[in-house]
Amino acid sequence: MSDEQNGLVLKDVYRVFPGDVTAVADVNLHVENGEYVVFLGPSGCGKTTTLRMIGGHDDPSSGTITIDGELMNGVSPAERPITTVFQHYALFPHKSVLQNVAFGLKMQGVDKAERETQAKAAIDLVGLTKMMDRKPRELSGGQQQRVALARVLVTRPKAILLDEPLGDLDRLLQMKMRVELRALQRELGITFIHVTHNQEEALSMADRIVVMGDAVIQQVGTPEELARHPRNEFVAKFMGDNNVFHGTISGTNGGNVVIDTPHGKIEVKGTGTAGQPGSMSIRANAVQVSTDAVPDVNGVKVRLDFAEYLGDSVKLHLDLAGQPFLAKVPEERYTEIRAYEGKDVTATWAIEDGHLLEQ
Amino acid sequence: MTLLWYLIGVLILVVPFAAMVMLPIKRSKPVLTVYFLLFVVFMYGPMVAMAVLSLQGTTGSMTLPAKELFSFHWYSELNSSMSVMVAVREGIGKSLWLSLIVAVITAVLSLTLGMAFRRQFRGSGALFYAILLSLMTPGLLLSLGLSFLLYYVGIQKGEGALGYVPIIGVQTVWALPFGFLVMMSIFNRYDARAEEAARDLGASNVTTFREVTLPLIWTGVFGAGLFGFTLALNEFERTFLVSGTINTLPLQLYIITTASVLRPYVYSLGVVTILLSFLLIALFLVVSGLTGRKKTRAVEEDGSGVDAPSMTPAAASGD
Repeated sequence: MSDEQNGLVLKDVYRVFPGDVTAVADVNLHVENGEYVVFLGPSGCGKTTTLRMIGGHDDPSSGTITIDGELMNGVSPAERPITTVFQHYALFPHKSVLQNVAFGLKMQGVDKAERETQAKAAIDLVGLTKMMDRKPRELSGGQQQRVALARVLVTRPKAILLDEPLGDLDRLLQMKMRVELRALQRELGITFIHVTHNQEEALSMADRIVVMGDAVIQQVGTPEELARHPRNEFVAKFMGDNNVFHGTISGTNGGNVVIDTPHGKIEVKGTGTAGQPGSMSIRANAVQVSTDAVPDVNGVKVRLDFAEYLGDSVKLHLDLAGQPFLAKVPEERYTEIRAYEGKDVTATWAIEDGHLLEQ
Repeated sequence: MTLLWYLIGVLILVVPFAAMVMLPIKRSKPVLTVYFLLFVVFMYGPMVAMAVLSLQGTTGSMTLPAKELFSFHWYSELNSSMSVMVAVREGIGKSLWLSLIVAVITAVLSLTLGMAFRRQFRGSGALFYAILLSLMTPGLLLSLGLSFLLYYVGIQKGEGALGYVPIIGVQTVWALPFGFLVMMSIFNRYDARAEEAARDLGASNVTTFREVTLPLIWTGVFGAGLFGFTLALNEFERTFLVSGTINTLPLQLYIITTASVLRPYVYSLGVVTILLSFLLIALFLVVSGLTGRKKTRAVEEDGSGVDAPSMTPAAASGD
């Protein structure tokens, strides 16, 4: 068995719904065992459909899905070595926490005493031993989330699929559950595949992020890669806090290309042919803001509309000839920089911080 | 004089609206309360009069004022060996059995229909209206049509066990739309994700139905059955032309009121049937209360301090 066959492999997966609506196209992905992978994308990008196909709740129109080399196409959800934590948890409202968690074992034909022992262990793992006899409606959102987790963990799956697992929780609880989920995944060492539309959540939890948009995978990478090197405009814009410039490549300069944009010349690492369209992105926190003169390259004159204090940094909402432009500066500069609200300032960045985007 | 009655009729319609719109809540409340009480008197007054008249002595009359209050004479009459009473008791027995059968059929059909209508299927719209059609068709036409059909097919009405089939048929046709609508509303509020989760955890379709679906919807099934029971118990016009010699309770009452000298036992019979209806409603409340029981135990925190009890679902959007 080659290394490629271990873990979850999606090969040339397409999903076309009746009426010729392509929900997922050309998805190729290899998830290692024990990896924490987050599918990230806006609503309707195909991420949930992909998850449903992995879980067996939907079938690919073409392409194959294999787990540890075994073909999963046409295999029912129950027979796959993976289980799903559904959006809004989908707990059984008429069953107690213990019955909910023991359900999967009951379906496997495990006898009552044994399944209660195992279910109790799983409930203990998520810290809900005291709530064992309660019904789901008597639990808070975070507790329901943990019951949903325990319910799938008890069946010892190879991988767990989580569909917007934190979507129902308030922000404070989301932050807490991120850490808990991640710690749990490390402890268990099983694959987690998590779907969300929340960039921050994806960046904070994933080993690798799969950004989906318009039914295709836009980029796969570590959180750092995605944050620093978005591949194309879609990813740059969707990850947020990126400024994108469009223009025409006018030439090269050493290892750099020069792009002529309506806002001036921009030099960025990479290669390109003169005359071709070129786009680049620059992260908000790589942008320097000062009152210096605007340089010939990699600098623009902007108006500071609003300085947003974020606690650990200050987000500057700038106006670049009618376009929004973002910069992030250290928190210490808040007082100083607020004085410039409504005034023109200069935004600059280093060549190596810019990033040439694929067309 | 007629004009005065029209005026009163209009007033009855206008008063609650006028009170709600024109008066502040504090002032409109007593007006609406009085209005509502009058309405209750109008609805239940006749029943009270009937109850009082049923408690008269042997010389009791059919109209107020009541004589020789209070006695259970006319109730014990119900148990007498008078041929009318024997027929009534037989009618009650038949009606109860028939209604029970109709209840079961209505419950099962409503459940299966409700399950079917969870998804769109070819002709689902047409079927929906076809089921509801029997609410609008005059019942007498249904039984008239069916009795022609029976004649044509050569089935003798009211003969043997087969004679009950047309009765059960027309009563079910009448009760089904009600049960069906109950199940439709149940499935409207029903969250199918729990079923998906059950299948994901290894449950077969049958197990999913038994372990998840049925426990969540069975009060609805029971409600559909109850509709079947009460509607069949009261059914007259549809049963009338297809029953032959089989007399259900409503048919027997009709015979009494048209063919014999009325005595106050009619009232005691009425009271008994109303009490029976109340009993059924109470039964439903008890049964649905057993499953729908709201526990008031507050959501306790697990000591983490962060876990907020508010379960406001965020506007999470999936694909």
